[in-house]
Amino acid sequence: MIKETLYTTDSYLREEFKIKGFRFGSTGEDSEPSACIVGSMRGNEFQQLFICSLLVKRLKELEASGSIVGNHEILVIPSMNNSSMNVGMRYWVSDNSDINREFPGNPQGEPTSRLAANIFEKVKGYRYGIQFPSFYRKGDFIPHVRMQTTGKESASLANLFGLPYVITSKPRSFDVKTLNYNWQINGTDAFSVYSGDTGHINEFSAKQAVSAVLRFLTRMGILKYNCHNGYIASIIEEEDMAEVKTEAPGFFRRLVNVGEEVHRGQLLGEILDPYEGDIISAVHSTVDGIVFYAKKDPMILENASAFQIIKKLHE
Amino acid sequence: MIETVVSVKLPVRETLRIKKNSLHPDVMTGREKRICLVSGLYGDELGGQYICGEIIKRIKEDYDSLSGIVDVYPSVNPLGLDARSRSIPVTQEDYSAVFPGDLKGELGEYTAAKLLEDMESADCVIDIHSSNIFLQEIPQVRLNSDADERLLRLAGYMNTDLIWIHPSTTVNEGSLSYALNERGVPCMVTESGAAFRIKYDFCRQIIEGVFAIMKELGIWKGTCAEPKRAPVVHDDGIHYLNCETNGLFVTHKKVKDYVKKGEIIGSITSPILGAVEEEIIAPVDGILMTVREHPGVTEGSLIARVVGGALV
Repeated sequence: MIKETLYTTDSYLREEFKIKGFRFGSTGEDSEPSACIVGSMRGNEFQQLFICSLLVKRLKELEASGSIVGNHEILVIPSMNNSSMNVGMRYWVSDNSDINREFPGNPQGEPTSRLAANIFEKVKGYRYGIQFPSFYRKGDFIPHVRMQTTGKESASLANLFGLPYVITSKPRSFDVKTLNYNWQINGTDAFSVYSGDTGHINEFSAKQAVSAVLRFLTRMGILKYNCHNGYIASIIEEEDMAEVKTEAPGFFRRLVNVGEEVHRGQLLGEILDPYEGDIISAVHSTVDGIVFYAKKDPMILENASAFQIIKKLHE
Repeated sequence: MIETVVSVKLPVRETLRIKKNSLHPDVMTGREKRICLVSGLYGDELGGQYICGEIIKRIKEDYDSLSGIVDVYPSVNPLGLDARSRSIPVTQEDYSAVFPGDLKGELGEYTAAKLLEDMESADCVIDIHSSNIFLQEIPQVRLNSDADERLLRLAGYMNTDLIWIHPSTTVNEGSLSYALNERGVPCMVTESGAAFRIKYDFCRQIIEGVFAIMKELGIWKGTCAEPKRAPVVHDDGIHYLNCETNGLFVTHKKVKDYVKKGEIIGSITSPILGAVEEEIIAPVDGILMTVREHPGVTEGSLIARVVGGALV
């Protein structure tokens, strides 16, 4: 393993900002850039950093035992934003911009645009790109691999992670500035692996994410690693999932968890009056299926998506 | 007449109401043109609220001169303005990324869809902005390069110091102006000053521009100043000055100042060394259209923009 500094920028107030990379396998001139794995880009993505730390530890062991095949090279970047994490900020510490809305970046541009441009130069050209981003909705969701339908996505490749679900989604206007989108349009097969947590460490789901990545790398011929085969994933288009919305705001009492099978008409949650405690609204399932996403906040707005359900799927 | 355009119940005994003041002539013919003035989309931008209030005040003082409909939406992100937050506080959404919204959506998307619905019959919409906490901006209109001829013509009445045409490839598809222009409603964005501040002279300039546009559209028969003719500038006429070091930006220049090629606009200084780390030099003769407002800078921070060449 080679530790590298991939990007630096000075600060007169703090230690020099550095993005560190951990390069495994072949590093010679004939090395093949096979997989690049990126962890946290935001200061609240603790689980994503934790997953990468486990992955670095495991890859060190696998490299030492000669399990990285041929001239394959793997680059792991655990964090692109340790400076925000150290001060409890989600976005870039000096201007509150989001690194994952700056790709492909501009090397002469503003701080996060420069960072994105410099890092993109280092991470483009890999055969496979794997990112551990945080989910755009706050709440619980089933671990899954997500791909944007750019026309270059390969859901069958995403299946090889062995996670239970592969979700494809149409790019929204801001997606064109994400790492995943820019990887894809530059010829890298890019995957976002969502482990189910962000602000808290969940060791079980973190290990599941590490196994999924190692399984994928093994199936791509990059690693020699014996592991459980995982799942044959159900491939779901996000737009086909049913949104179950609230009709009133108030305290949100959730009655089901993600992964549970529910039936049309089933009571999924209740909204309580915040002053008098009465149940003022009920949240019923509109379809039969599996709960993919569930809101976790103590309070909820009206018309809020309380649940997202994979339709007509059984446990 | 104050009207609620959209309301949303919040979790704990409160209803969010986004309001407008709809000013009509006393006698309506049914053929009146309609202008919508929007501000406070970002909760840290205050100049637009002042502009809206002053326009309403001036119309009330000469109500007989009103010959069209003026709908004023001074605070479209009331929660953000109250919380001094640029985004929508509950959902942390960027309000300029949620248009055209969704009538079945949550707070941000739902209110966006209702606002859009309310403005769809307008003859002109002006979305009044005030930059951010980092930059001070000269009064300007921002349009995309695919803006139609009538919008470009109207922008010429806005009394700003420049009209900046952005390449359509950089368009923000979630903005109010994009959504309205897509629907055939001419909408322009004005920028001036900085966040959390009211720059009264710039606001007065925008106010005169709004009255000039209203006069051109046949909405206002009263007096208004002759608008200054702003140069139309494309990206290649604007020089961006980003710093290559970090520290405190120190300057005695301000927006609208004329600078000569090679002139020092300001310095990046190191407080612990008492030294100048970098001098920011004007690359051309021109006008400072943007100057850094927040002195804290890191490598890449935008320090200034200069409009140069034949335009000045």
